[in-house]
Amino acid sequence: MIRQLLFVIGTQLATLLPVQAAEHLVKPGESIQAAINKASKGDLIKVMPGTYREKGIIINKQLVLRGIDYPVLDGEKKYEVLTITADHVVVEGFEIIRSGYSSMDELAAVRIKQASYVGIRNNRLRENFFGIYCQHASYSLIANNDIKSTGGSELDAGNGIHAWKSDHLVIDGNFINGHRDGIYFEFVTESTITNNKSHRNIRYGLHFMFSHQDIYTNNTFSENGAGVAVMYSRQVTMIRNHFLDNWGSAAYGILLKDISDSYAAYNEFSRNTAAIYMEGSSRLTIFANRFLQNGYGIRIQASCDNNVIRKNNFIANSFDIATNGSLVLNSFNENYWDKYEGFDLNRDGIGDVPYRPLSLFALIVERNNSAMMLFRSPMVGLLEKAEKIMPGITPEKLKDDQPSMKPFPL
Amino acid sequence: MIIATNVQKKFGRLVALDSISLSCNKGQTIALIGPNGSGKTTFIKCLLGMVIPDSGFITVNQENIHRTWEYRQHIGYMPQISRFPDNMTIEQVIDMVRDIRYKPGQELDEELIEAFDLTRMYGKRMRTLSGGTRQKVSACLAFLFKPDILILDEPTAGLDPVASEILKAKILKEKAKGKLTLITSHVLSDLDDLVSEIIYLQEGQLRFHESVAELQKKTGEAKLNRVMAQIMLQKTAQR
Amino acid sequence: MKKIIKYSLLDILRNRVILAYTALLAVVSISLFMMEDNPVKAVMSLLNISLLIVPLVSSIFCTIYLYNSAEFIELLVAQPIRRSRLLWGVYLGMITALLIALSLGIGLPLLLLQPTLSGLSLFLTSAALTIVFSSLATLSAVLTRDKAKGIGVSLLLWFYFTFIYDGIVLLVLFQMADYPLETTMIGMSMLNPIDLGRIGMLLQLDISAMMGLTGALFQDFFGNGFGAGLVILVMLGWMTFPILFAIRRFNNKDL
Repeated sequence: MIRQLLFVIGTQLATLLPVQAAEHLVKPGESIQAAINKASKGDLIKVMPGTYREKGIIINKQLVLRGIDYPVLDGEKKYEVLTITADHVVVEGFEIIRSGYSSMDELAAVRIKQASYVGIRNNRLRENFFGIYCQHASYSLIANNDIKSTGGSELDAGNGIHAWKSDHLVIDGNFINGHRDGIYFEFVTESTITNNKSHRNIRYGLHFMFSHQDIYTNNTFSENGAGVAVMYSRQVTMIRNHFLDNWGSAAYGILLKDISDSYAAYNEFSRNTAAIYMEGSSRLTIFANRFLQNGYGIRIQASCDNNVIRKNNFIANSFDIATNGSLVLNSFNENYWDKYEGFDLNRDGIGDVPYRPLSLFALIVERNNSAMMLFRSPMVGLLEKAEKIMPGITPEKLKDDQPSMKPFPL
Repeated sequence: MIIATNVQKKFGRLVALDSISLSCNKGQTIALIGPNGSGKTTFIKCLLGMVIPDSGFITVNQENIHRTWEYRQHIGYMPQISRFPDNMTIEQVIDMVRDIRYKPGQELDEELIEAFDLTRMYGKRMRTLSGGTRQKVSACLAFLFKPDILILDEPTAGLDPVASEILKAKILKEKAKGKLTLITSHVLSDLDDLVSEIIYLQEGQLRFHESVAELQKKTGEAKLNRVMAQIMLQKTAQR
Repeated sequence: MKKIIKYSLLDILRNRVILAYTALLAVVSISLFMMEDNPVKAVMSLLNISLLIVPLVSSIFCTIYLYNSAEFIELLVAQPIRRSRLLWGVYLGMITALLIALSLGIGLPLLLLQPTLSGLSLFLTSAALTIVFSSLATLSAVLTRDKAKGIGVSLLLWFYFTFIYDGIVLLVLFQMADYPLETTMIGMSMLNPIDLGRIGMLLQLDISAMMGLTGALFQDFFGNGFGAGLVILVMLGWMTFPILFAIRRFNNKDL
């Protein structure tokens, strides 16, 4: 699907450069906007190194705007720097800085406004309010941009890549750091997010709402204030992503809220407060993921049903599973649990006795947070041993009947 | 040298010492005598600061010993039952006490070590020793630092006759040097020729404190055990 | 006093119990690191074991040793030595011996196999608990004349701090589930040196879980300089008060 999409966008970009296109050169001191106004459809505008303060550039026709050695476009903290309102526009090779800040308008370094087949590539974005803002955009490519900001709080920082009511976007290979949310999707469908690194953003590394049929793969989300949130969406595919070091009392590797019919596989979750927090989610397949050294492996609320958790590795987590209810509507099967103490007499690699991943203490803590003080107390150890032998409080059905004896090679 | 004034000690309801007042002087060798449980050992322990009196006070060389420790450098003590750290050898025990107590320039008295021929057994561990040998070690330690006051609790119990005689000779020798020696013993015959005074304790009370010569004159007996027997008889007769 | 430390230390080091203790700790820690691929997990398991073993061995060993060294004390108490120095000397000799055993049994393996901050704090926690429980054991040995009774008291103290206290905490938590108890919990953790050591350790290792929920307050409290300082202060209190009280009682004790 990604390939198809890339192909489509690629061919579209190719068609916009007819052989007879004219070239325009813009030097420091000259106006880019004037060059755009002068140019005709399909032309190439080259911008020479220098700093350009133009109080907002609007690209309203099919063009390629190319920076040579990263000319600087400065918004002087007052203006939106680039606004694209036409289809088939390419912007590449610029350093775009200091977009305006406004609590009324979401001013961005680059805005794609009701346009299709737009490419924003290889740019450096620094200290902008919003980075790249897609509004009613479709079939567009945002690739290899380096987006950084040093915004202070959630209020005075915008998102790195912000997409709203768009479709068929490809977000690939970008690095985003220091924004409010690294990548923000709201009402965005059939898009892919690949190979991005979202590191140390103030709130979420990726924030995803009402966005169906999207795919994200091979991204790394690390040390974000609250990890990754995927909410109110259907048919989301998450593969080979890395969720690392998302600490804090409200931080998650990934927060899944009201997600259905989705698929998470081959992801790595390391050192997160809670690797996966699921709420109101159903028909999810969580397959072949690695959960390493997290506080909680999966916190699955009672509002989740029909989820399948299969063939994952749970290693060195404080708690593998936590839940707040006694009803078990999800299946845990064939996972590797490092805390499993059973045996395998017939040597088929599957433990002969079921594993109960929900510890009594996890349950106690869920009901009474202060009990955390007793974590790893020998007293609690005794209680847990007793509970393992004769389950009385933990839900009888929450168990893995075929626990793997060895970790899966993931 | 030692003056006790109204020393009182109770263990629970039991009165171990009932206002004992006495004084002991240089050059005296005093026998502390009394039946079992009469308070002899308690009194000695009070002198050493091992037991703290409930009331009254004791002075050693005009110094109140309450909560002080320096005065103990004038005292050599040989307990009734000598107990030592099991794992140490004789040599280690002697070296340890010497190491802890030694002050520069101090002369040591190793006569008894030689007399008992302890050096031959230096390498033996304390737990392997007989009661008598332990007593010998204990006696050596009591005399080692040439103290002015010697307190010997049942010194001859457990010693063989030869050792017993060696010890007695040593006591006499020290007496001649003008030291104060306090001895308790059940075997009165051991104390003949040794003691100059007798302190008699009974049920925690001081019955009498008189010189041997005086007592011999009173009773007309020469041997100590005869003297004591006479006194006992007199006392019962008085009742 | 130095000489008394020296002699009791020499005496203890000849003792087979202390050798066995060293060997036990070494075997446990080395085998944990060998069997466990994940060093963080190994440190965690080692923490669990040392929270149990270290206080237990420290208290029993000290009580028994103090009763067994009655002869030594008797011998020296008649010598010109201050009484308090005598007990201080024996006490310091005991904890020195136990700390040597701990350094060889846990410290050295940690230094070689897991030379991290968490390894260091595991060692320091165990060392602090060694001192605390030696102090408590010395106190119970001084207070009770009977050997069996003294050992009983020490064992009871260990059992209380290891199991019963946490049981009580759990009970309180459930009885008062409707009240905000975080501050109370922090207070209660101060009253048990084992809990204090465990929580201090966990904040380094399992921060994720600790912070998961509750955590904010715990983390805020124990994580900041004031909280950490208070933890150290309270721990020092646990080390010093029992031994000071024991020395006081020993000064007035009839031997």
